[in-house]
Amino acid sequence: MYSPQIVVEALLNGLMLGAIYALIALGLTLIYGVLHIVNFAHGALLTVAMFMVWLACARYGLDPYLAILFVAPVMFALGYVLQRFIIGPASHGKDNGILLVTLGLSIIIENALLAAFQSDTRTITTDYSFRVVELGPLLLSFPRVIGFGVTIATTLLLWLVLHQTDIGKAIRAVAKEKLGASLVGISVPHVYAMTFAIGCACLAVAAGLLMPSFYVSPKTGAAFVLVAFTIVVLGGMGSIPGALIGGLLIGVVEAASSLFLGDSLGQIGIFLIFIVTLLVRPTGLFGARA
Amino acid sequence: MTRPRLTTLAIIVVALAVVPFLGLSGALLNLMIFMMIIALAAQGWNILGGYAGLSSFGHAAFFGAGAYAMAVLQTRFGVNAWIALVIGIALGALVGAFIGFLSFRSGLKGSYFALITLAFAEVARILANSWNFTGGAAGILLKLQTGLPYLQFADRRYFLLVALGFVAIGLVVSWWLEHSRFGAYLVALRENEQAAQALGVDVFAVKMKAIAISGALTAAAGCLYAQNYLFIDANVAFGSWISIEALFAAIVGGSGTVLGPLLGAIVLLGLGDLTKSVSGGIPGMDLLVFGIILVLSVAFSPNGLVMLMKSLGLRAPAKAKEA
Repeated sequence: MYSPQIVVEALLNGLMLGAIYALIALGLTLIYGVLHIVNFAHGALLTVAMFMVWLACARYGLDPYLAILFVAPVMFALGYVLQRFIIGPASHGKDNGILLVTLGLSIIIENALLAAFQSDTRTITTDYSFRVVELGPLLLSFPRVIGFGVTIATTLLLWLVLHQTDIGKAIRAVAKEKLGASLVGISVPHVYAMTFAIGCACLAVAAGLLMPSFYVSPKTGAAFVLVAFTIVVLGGMGSIPGALIGGLLIGVVEAASSLFLGDSLGQIGIFLIFIVTLLVRPTGLFGARA
Repeated sequence: MTRPRLTTLAIIVVALAVVPFLGLSGALLNLMIFMMIIALAAQGWNILGGYAGLSSFGHAAFFGAGAYAMAVLQTRFGVNAWIALVIGIALGALVGAFIGFLSFRSGLKGSYFALITLAFAEVARILANSWNFTGGAAGILLKLQTGLPYLQFADRRYFLLVALGFVAIGLVVSWWLEHSRFGAYLVALRENEQAAQALGVDVFAVKMKAIAISGALTAAAGCLYAQNYLFIDANVAFGSWISIEALFAAIVGGSGTVLGPLLGAIVLLGLGDLTKSVSGGIPGMDLLVFGIILVLSVAFSPNGLVMLMKSLGLRAPAKAKEA
């Protein structure tokens, strides 16, 4: 058996990786809560954001955390355009259509990146990539501690945007009652696109937080898709606190199962949670009853 | 909606059977075999996703079950290839029934069903990848033994005929669906589940039958894949590529139609091969084209190529009359 210190350290590091998972899931759950669509392209869009951060660092020598400030607006714009001009019109508002269009988009993005960058994995090294933070007897990875803090801050910011700004109120109105919102003069396609854009901006933040300690290849995002979906389903589709808590929980579960089962089998823990949640309580921990 | 007659299907199958004997190059013959395998997997997807309206993102679970049954039974237990084929198909139906029982009992549909099938396929992939019994990450190599009893042929045209035979079975199953009470139940389920239930359709039983048939057909494709390429590993057999290609071919060709999956597989893989040769080895170009075709076909021809061709065919004579 492992010593308690190793176990606690692993679980805490898992918790902090879970925070970044939560950030990825946050965009997904927001999009689901408002548009009621499952965005299959979410993972591929994360890959795009990670490549942007990588480019900013490798080509222009920016710090990955600083790069978020530049990548987030670009991802925001990309998300707006994608939803407003491609996903929205192409899917004819049908559930199945949206599922397939976003699946198609994810394949287009993944393979366009593959054609442009080949399948090599790329990393960036910063002088703090391997630094550790001492917390009493525990050693925690510095990039993950930063990731944890920024995720909490981003979630709070998102909550403020949704509750204190006009666009936030419009988003919540459309999520609750689409027809009513459009009757009082809210442009539903615009709100949909804004929501999608905010979801993509969250991905930019997650990408900036991941890059110092992670790698990117055209397939990286695909690895996060099922994890993000698991979090969203576990937390309750559309629930923001659910995504945060679900993310932290999944991070811990992943750390525990890869500690005890090894890396390749470790992922099974996540999928089993996913399957069991879908079967037993598809509304998740915090979701409203469908 | 006009449905193809059995004679039309027979003509198509015979025409496809003649093609390899017209002097195809080896590469084209291989492409055609691959087209038939994907067409068969797509026909399986179409039963559940097309007729019953339950889109699965995890048909790799069935494909892999067939492929692994074929490989494990032959290499570990020395089972005859044809018997392994039958067992593989049965296993596909069984896996379908297992996934179906769990998901349909909980009433999953739409995106929830798509997600859970994807998760099941991933669990299968991870298990096959880490279990020694299934060859682990190294995969399984099948022995090269040519001859009818081994279901391997020195002349690959005969393997194509076997694959085509299965595609023909898939066509007949779809044709039967369009002419049977059971098929009508499936469509009723797709269009309005509550109404179907209210009219006395046993929704759960119908869905279970559909997923078992669907799993069996896609597993048959997996069996043929293993037997054709003589090598499988977890990423090939349970990888998401096959779930995606089965779904693509059915949807692009026309989901919920008899000929859609076959047409879709031929068009998609044909275009993919063309792109590969034109783009000269840039990786991912063929899949890039697939993705674009999928988005375009959902946007402009939601009923698939079959319906597109039909509506063009119907419009043309109308215009001719006006003139």
